[in-house]
Parts: sequence; structure tokens; C-alpha cells
Amino acid sequence: MSAPAAAPAGTPRVGRLERAAIAGVMSRELTVFRHYWPSTTFSSVVQPTIYLLAFGLGFGALVSRIGGLSYVQFVGTGTVATAVLFSSAFPGMFGGFVRRKFQRTYDALLAAPVDVEELVTAEVSAIALKAGLYGVAPLLVAIVFGLDPAWGMLLVPVIGVITGFGFAAFGVMLSGMVESIDAFSYVNSAVITPLFLLAGSFFPIDRLPEWAQVAAWFNPLYSCVELVRHASFGFGTDDLAHLGILIGFALVMWRLAIRAMASKLID
Amino acid sequence: MTESAISIHGAVKRFGAITAVDHLDLEVAPGVCFGLLGPNGAGKSTTMRLLTAQAIADEGDIHVLGHRLPSESKAARLAMGVVPQLDNLDVELTARENLAVFAWLYRVPRGERRDAVDRALGLARLAHRADTPVNELSGGMRRRLLIARGLVHTPRLVLLDEPTVGLDPQVRQELWSLIDGLRVEGVTVLMSTHYIEEAERLADTVAIMAEGSVVAEGRPAELVFTHAGREVVEVYGPPARLAEVQAEAEAAGHATRRTGPAIAVLRAEDLDGRVPEGAQRRAASLEDVFVLLTGEEADG
Repeated sequence: MSAPAAAPAGTPRVGRLERAAIAGVMSRELTVFRHYWPSTTFSSVVQPTIYLLAFGLGFGALVSRIGGLSYVQFVGTGTVATAVLFSSAFPGMFGGFVRRKFQRTYDALLAAPVDVEELVTAEVSAIALKAGLYGVAPLLVAIVFGLDPAWGMLLVPVIGVITGFGFAAFGVMLSGMVESIDAFSYVNSAVITPLFLLAGSFFPIDRLPEWAQVAAWFNPLYSCVELVRHASFGFGTDDLAHLGILIGFALVMWRLAIRAMASKLID
Repeated sequence: MTESAISIHGAVKRFGAITAVDHLDLEVAPGVCFGLLGPNGAGKSTTMRLLTAQAIADEGDIHVLGHRLPSESKAARLAMGVVPQLDNLDVELTARENLAVFAWLYRVPRGERRDAVDRALGLARLAHRADTPVNELSGGMRRRLLIARGLVHTPRLVLLDEPTVGLDPQVRQELWSLIDGLRVEGVTVLMSTHYIEEAERLADTVAIMAEGSVVAEGRPAELVFTHAGREVVEVYGPPARLAEVQAEAEAAGHATRRTGPAIAVLRAEDLDGRVPEGAQRRAASLEDVFVLLTGEEADG
């Protein structure tokens, strides 16, 4: 007759959301990032910069001022949200899918003392930190083209991290829901593109029909744009609401991402 | 009363209409190499996933190293190493970087991580390729690195899921030597395989699985003696002759099995003077038992 062995005395306590597990998964992200940062940085910085130059210099010649801002100032601050979106939602979607399905990295990590909650939290946090960093790039380019630096801009990386956390979790959630990587084409066309076009990055929301203005409040990217503009040119009365929307979006997406991933990774 | 490293009672795991693990009972004593032998689809890999809580049993009790699963699975995983059947290394990273990440995940203290990684690299004889990206390593080296990754924290229990599947014989021999070294050091090893020779050479105890449950368990020699006797005779000939030998042997109460172009009659030592003409005698093997109990042809 055998009995289960007793757990040895001194076994480290393991609970939920352990720092060691999250830091361990993030250390993997950092190690991988050290290998591919040039290509990621290039795409994350150049793409929004092209938008900035195309819209800023193109439309800038046609549009004099919007809400008291030059068009370069308007677009320079607005494109931060685009950079954050692209460098968080896409890595969450495609990276999450590749690591789950093709590379089976998540299987490897879950065989170690890491649970799905920690895995998703670490993955999303790592992406959010990068998004916060990359979000600053358009701002720096805009400064070169005439945007005045302001102390409030130091908060932009923080706004980028919070926004990036929500959209990274959104991407990871989708990567845990789809069966084929091709399905992201639908998401890109039907969700991502409308979100970034109707965020107030390139044209003001208050020129849109009233229903679209109301809908914009349900677009977290609009809140990101507003917060970045207000951090650059002066905060307003709505900013706590915008911050609340971003934090709420991040929390809801985080839990949904954990649920979606758990359903795929744990049989 | 001995304490089991792994204790599974009545485990059931269903995937829709398919029952992958069907009322499985398994006890693995500490310090042994325990072989789970079975054909593809027998439930070996699902059993492995149950032990890491990557699959949750629908019924039954599972304890690993004294921890009840799935509620205490993280604590159990902290003390065990897992070597998966499919390569899931980070291919962009070097061998050393792969191990360093897992040393962190397995809570190896910061000051000891480098030594732990070096020790694991040495164990897998990969020290000279430590800084080579994984996608430049050979298949055998990648397998050894997977094993090293499962050992980087010196676990008390190692789960090896088909550790040598798809590898050439020379690499397989190297890995057998590595696995045998673990047993010598007192690490408990649970190894799933569908290679008979692997189970025979490495396992102290073998459990043969079929359709999700254990159909026989014991030391390899005991299993052979209990189910196939000491000797087997093989008769070669045209199909009609083989059918005739099979019918006669089964009428006399002897189990038989097809072995390619021949028919094998088990427990031939009891045939006395009734050995078929032209029959060739050989020692009974674990393969005879495997085929007899699972109805499937075995891999070498």
C-alpha cells in the first residue's frame, strides 16, 4: 500500500499572481526582445511617424488650426495613441497566437510553476511597457516639427502603458479565441481600423455627428488621445473620466484575456 | 507503507465523447524510473498533462509529491521537471538563455542561477554550444536541451513524455544514458514511451496502458513471465499454415500473436512435444506482452 508523499517542509509558498512567476515570464520577454528589438522598434516607430508626416505635413497645409492647436500639434499628440495601439494590440494578437499555437511557448511556461493568470499578466505587462515606450516616438518627431515640449508630456509614457495594457490584453484575448491566424484580418478591418480612425487622432471628434461623438466615449483610444493632448497642453475636467475609462478597459480586457487563454491552454 | 511520488486514483479525463483517461490508477514510488508504455492514443500524454494540471481530471484524485492536484499544482510543479514530447524551446534564444529563463521560473535564487544553468548544460553535454541559438542546434542537441531545461532546478521528479521519439538510434542511446544517470542520482522519473526497448532498458517498473487505463504493471521481467512465459516459438509459412498453427495453439490454451510473416505462440515452454514443425524458439519479450495486451504492433 502506498500513500501520497507529504509535501516537504520549507516548500516555498505559491499563491496567485506571484511576483517570481510574473518576473520570470517577463524576463523571457526581455530576453527575446533583446534579439528582435531593431525590427520591432523600426515598425513601431516608423509607421506612426509616417502617419504623422503624411497627415501633419499634408493636411497641415490645408488646415490652419484645430481647437487652438496647429495641425502638427494636433496630429503629433494624436498619433501617440496610434503608436500605442499598433505596438500593443498587434503583438498581443499575433505574438500570443504564435506562442500558443505554433511555438507552444505557453505550454512550456505552464509546465513550470506559472499559472495562466500570471502568464497573461506578464505577457500583457511586457507588451504594455514597450507600447508606453514606443508611444513617445511620435511625440518626439512632432517636437522636431514644432511641437513645444511640456512637463506634462512626461506623463505620456504612463498613459501609453495603461492604454497599451488594455489593448495588449485585448489582443491576447483574441489570440486565445481564434482558431486560425487569418481571423485577425477581420479584427483588423472591423475593429482596429475604426478604433484608430475614430479616436480623434487625425480630425476632431466634435465635427462628427452627435451619435459618433457619443460612440467615441466607448473607444478607449479616444480617451488616450484626449489624455495625451491634455498632458501636453493642459488638463481638463473630463480627464479623470478618461483615465477611469482606460483603467476600466484594461481591467476588463485583462480578465477576459485570462479567461480566453485558460480555455485554450488548460484541457 | 511507502510514500508515493505520484498517486493517481480513479482518474478520468474526457474530451467530448472520447475518454482519454479512463479510471486510471497509478502509484509511482520515489526514486524509481517508471515507464508508461502504450500505443499512440493510449492516454499517456493526457496522463502527463494531468500531472502538470495542464489538463484537469473530470473524476479521481491525483497527488504529486504530496500536493493535491489541481489545487496545489503550482507547488508540485516547483519540485518537478517536465520534458515535453514536442519541442517548445525558444528558438531565437541561445541554449543558455533558454535555461536561464527557466531557472528564474523555477525560483532558483538569483546568485545560484548561473551555476544551475552551467550544471544543466554540462549534464546535457551542451556546454560547448551554450551560446548557440537553438535554431542552429541539431535535433539531438535540442532534445538534450529540453531535458536540461527540465533539470535546471534539480527537481525531485521528472516527467519525460516520449523523450526519444523521432530521434536516430545514436542520439537515443545518448539520451538513455542521460536518463539512466537521473535514476542513479535518486530522481524519480516517469517516462511515457511507445518504444519497447526504451522501457525495457530504463524502467524499473512498467505500466502498459491501453484505452486510457493500465492493463498490466510490474517489473519488465515479471510482466514478460506473467503474460508471455519464458519462451515463444515462431512459425513461418503461408497464411493457411499460420492459421492452422494459431488454431491449434489457441485450442491448447496458448496465446498467439502475428509477428509480420510469422505467428508467435507464447508460453512455448508448456508446449512439451507439441511444438509445430519448423518452429523457431526465442526468449519471450516485453514486445510479446505489449502486443498481447494492447492488440497493437510495437515500435522498436
